[in-house]
Amino acid sequence: MKSGSNLEKVIKSGQPAVTAELGPPMSADAHEVIKKANQLKGFCDAANITDCQTAVVRISSIAAAYIALREGLEPVMQMTCRDRNRIAMQADFLGAAALGLKNCLCIAGDHQSFSAAGRLKGHPGAKNVYDVDTCQLVGIMKKMRDEGLQQGGDKLEVAPKFFIGASWTPMGDPIDFRPYNLKKKVDAGADFIQTQGIYDMELFKVQMEKARNLGLHERTAVLAGIIVPKSAMMLKYMDSSVAGVSVPKELIQRMLKAKDAAGDDKKKAKELQEQEGMKITVELIQQALEIPGIKGVHVQAIEWESAIEHIVKAAGLYPRPDFSE
Amino acid sequence: MIVGQQKKFDEIWEMVKGFRKVMVLGCNTCIAVCHAGGDKEADALASMLKIKAANEKVSMDVSHGAIQRQCENEFFTPVLEDLAKYDLVLSIACGVGVNFLSARIGKTPVYPGVNTQFFGGVPKPGFFEELCGGCGSCVLNLTGGICPIARCSKSLMNGPCGGTNKGKCEVSQDIDCAWFLIVERMKQLGTLEKLFEVQPPRDWSGSFHGGPRRVVVEHLRDIEEKQ
Repeated sequence: MKSGSNLEKVIKSGQPAVTAELGPPMSADAHEVIKKANQLKGFCDAANITDCQTAVVRISSIAAAYIALREGLEPVMQMTCRDRNRIAMQADFLGAAALGLKNCLCIAGDHQSFSAAGRLKGHPGAKNVYDVDTCQLVGIMKKMRDEGLQQGGDKLEVAPKFFIGASWTPMGDPIDFRPYNLKKKVDAGADFIQTQGIYDMELFKVQMEKARNLGLHERTAVLAGIIVPKSAMMLKYMDSSVAGVSVPKELIQRMLKAKDAAGDDKKKAKELQEQEGMKITVELIQQALEIPGIKGVHVQAIEWESAIEHIVKAAGLYPRPDFSE
Repeated sequence: MIVGQQKKFDEIWEMVKGFRKVMVLGCNTCIAVCHAGGDKEADALASMLKIKAANEKVSMDVSHGAIQRQCENEFFTPVLEDLAKYDLVLSIACGVGVNFLSARIGKTPVYPGVNTQFFGGVPKPGFFEELCGGCGSCVLNLTGGICPIARCSKSLMNGPCGGTNKGKCEVSQDIDCAWFLIVERMKQLGTLEKLFEVQPPRDWSGSFHGGPRRVVVEHLRDIEEKQ
């Protein structure tokens, strides 16, 4: 065992792993984290705690992860390269490990210009860091864990033992380079991979075949990312505007049909689309788990954590394996 | 070349309006090429200041001029004495010129009329783009001659992030994804496999992050000392 985390145990056992996502609030309200943690607890093996996603200031990933851990939900803390240099990163790894955190997802992070893309003012004038990139961050964590050394070479009396994750956008541009992008993260030391949200399963199968041809499925655990669709509008937006995401027309049509079935009743339209969205999610999960080399799913119900229970049960993935002593 | 843009006139006026005798000083090298601070721009800016001063009923005597380079002693020597007679020199060179002149002019303040921006090229007339980050440790041999430090919004060293969308950067559809360009260029050169190797964390101490930098060309310094 590299970290002894629950997620690592599930993956090692050969059962399909389920991770979910918990977005911390834009306030110092611990109850929001506690509420979401209890909605997810028992229905996933670990939950990612996002690190100021879309560059918006929120409760820090480590603090929210610790609150989740206290509630009995295993967290996957996230660390972006945007906000910290290697000194702050390593200090946070030591602190997080000392608090009992065992999983970490390393990501580049959305550019700070995203923070003002919506209705928020954000901090588009912030200075970013990018002292290291994702591959380098993964390498730093691995060196700390396996060699007991800081990046600079100083020794660690007690090394932080993390199960190291990285993200992968399999269908991003330039698409023929993406399998090598994954390879670099695996070479750097990624134990598990969570992908960008996938709707186009056929194209994902092609990319996974390329990853298998490089032998990557035997060196890392790839969890297919599924973003739970809430509405036809959301699917259209993801298709047109989110990098590396393409949504097949049939899925958008299904959501539109669900919406139209409600007529002028807006509340009903929302309900029917959410139901259809959960159905689509379950189908995508089942299709993803059939792809050779896929070791689990990463289900993101963004600001809709309560949907996870139904989805996981409907997908036949409940109860989750229990490794507690 | 160094690329800059003239500051907005209102901002310049706010800086300048309290001075009576003002010299607008251009620089005829980089900053003249990007139409921000050469002799022509010095002339135009001085005229605008005169008109504004007249409209605002402010008593101001505005002159203008330009030297070949505001970053070398030899070009300043003939004009330094004259410049010291003004209440203010508004330099429309890059920030290097403002610093260089400030250190030599004595009690006269030197204010910037230009926002200095980047090291760039001129792919077509009137269009300037950032191409080099001046990071002190060049890696262009590894990246097909395309700088990931200056041209990737996250200065990534190991390939594109997840934000590449149809060859463009997540920051703006007007920005090409540097890593998209790097991959295409390396394919063209038949050296794509160079990108498969993980690049370790960089040593940034040779960049600005190591503190202000100096370059000393030893043999030139030796000649000067002998003289």
